[in-house]
Amino acid sequence: MEAHLEKRFQDKIDQEIKIEPKDWMPEKYRKTLVRQISQHAHSEIVGMLPEGNWITRAPSLKRKLGLLAKVQDEAGHGLYLYAAAETLGVERADLVADLHSGKAKYSSIFNYPTMTWADIGAIGWLVDGAAIMNQVPLCRCSYGPYARAMVRVCKEESFHQRQGFEIMMTLCNGTTEQKEMAQDALNRWWWPSLMMFGPNDDESPNSKQSMAWKIKRFSNDDLRQKFVDVTVEQAKHLGINIPDPDLNWNEETQHYDFGEIDWEEFWNVVKGNGPCNKARLDARNKAHDEGAWVREAAVAYAEKKRKRKEKVA
Amino acid sequence: MELKIKYLLQIADNAMIIGHRLSEWCGHGPILEQDIAMTNIALDHLGLARNLYQYCARLEGGGKTEDDYPYKRDVRKWRNLLLCEQDNGDFGKTITRQFLYDTFNLQFLTALQDSHDEHLAAIAAKSLKETTYHLQYSGDWMIRLGDGTEESHDRIQKSVNDLWMYADESFLESEADRWALNEKIGVDLNALKLPTQNNRTEILKEATLQIPESGWTQQGGKEGKHSEQLGYILSDLQFLQRAYPNSVW
Repeated sequence: MEAHLEKRFQDKIDQEIKIEPKDWMPEKYRKTLVRQISQHAHSEIVGMLPEGNWITRAPSLKRKLGLLAKVQDEAGHGLYLYAAAETLGVERADLVADLHSGKAKYSSIFNYPTMTWADIGAIGWLVDGAAIMNQVPLCRCSYGPYARAMVRVCKEESFHQRQGFEIMMTLCNGTTEQKEMAQDALNRWWWPSLMMFGPNDDESPNSKQSMAWKIKRFSNDDLRQKFVDVTVEQAKHLGINIPDPDLNWNEETQHYDFGEIDWEEFWNVVKGNGPCNKARLDARNKAHDEGAWVREAAVAYAEKKRKRKEKVA
Repeated sequence: MELKIKYLLQIADNAMIIGHRLSEWCGHGPILEQDIAMTNIALDHLGLARNLYQYCARLEGGGKTEDDYPYKRDVRKWRNLLLCEQDNGDFGKTITRQFLYDTFNLQFLTALQDSHDEHLAAIAAKSLKETTYHLQYSGDWMIRLGDGTEESHDRIQKSVNDLWMYADESFLESEADRWALNEKIGVDLNALKLPTQNNRTEILKEATLQIPESGWTQQGGKEGKHSEQLGYILSDLQFLQRAYPNSVW
């Protein structure tokens, strides 16, 4: 029976028919999706913090409104990604509890600090740029609710990326100090951005199954290469330098060769030792704990209101 | 002209500072949905401020820009109400501050739609729609927190008591208010007092909250006399413009 169901399931996937919440699915498929979608949602929520750090200090009305709206978009993405995860039979409150306890992971890129205004430009340009590379293929993910959520997320992300690039452009066309600020931000965010695509393909054991299930469409290394190829040209346009002495155009492959990623740093940050891991989790826990009385009051009031209604009826 | 700018800045600065305060919540709200809602409201206020600063820059000319007003004035030149600059405190204090402001702002913008300055009237009409929602939001939360748990009731009552001395500064007339009323550009603040207070009373009652005895009203915001809090807001807000003067961002 199980084998028969599994075959039907895989046939559907091979025919590009979306899997919907009530359809039969292998337990491992469900678990993989819960993990991936909730990690994605957590990343959106934790990702609000490094950028939110500059909302009160944004340098003009236009930038302040743009940044505030952007960070709000991320909250919105978190919200509908949690909703997509809930279609798989989990509760948002449990997923959030796993984030707060440190059990669940989120994108390590948000464990780096935003020190200057240029970091806001660099995050938009590089981090959202890398996110788009990862996420556009997810619009065709085999699981319907996730794929549909990603269509909306990607539209907004590409707007964010343009906004980030425009901040960088303005800085690069500005004073010497501003251009230095932009270069410094690129120096700090370049390598962590490359790490966003995950370990090299031969170190990524779950990828093969995810590809067969069409949760994933391209390998980590392929996506990373695509990102490098696109971004190097954009950096040239900005007139700032990618901090990689091994970066070279390869005529043969028609791609850029680039230097070795510091995987020790990558795993170190994943394990919790990045510069801001503790600060990010503390901030999330603080907001949650300090909001407890508000959530309790809302529940208590709704309950009172319901009882009053019953009495009248 | 000087009085007209002062009048516009009173309105713009309220929106700017209360919007800035709300924006401090972004990423730190008690629950995701409220985070999004508060940011929405912050965006409305900041959008209104921007419209008005643009209008000021146009009227003043001489190369002034919308950013000159929020980013290049020191505390004594700001004309916002003291209420708007009060710190966020807990969620209940923020809600109370917003509620006291929204109840006033609803009446104010309703009246300002009839301004003989057509541009200002149009700005008011647009913002009024948003403000109706703001009051619905803050009013609903006043009721929920007031009539929620014992803890929420006590917390929100304390916030009401603490902020009450800032509640009525909005009705005190400045020189610019009197000028604008005379020119039919502005609003008769005295006429707003009763409907605002009635609205507040009605919601506070439903929230099972005590209305504090009216006592002393703190004042001075419209004349540039602020609490110590505004300086800290500006040190954040203006940091980059001050650290890297004459740059384009």
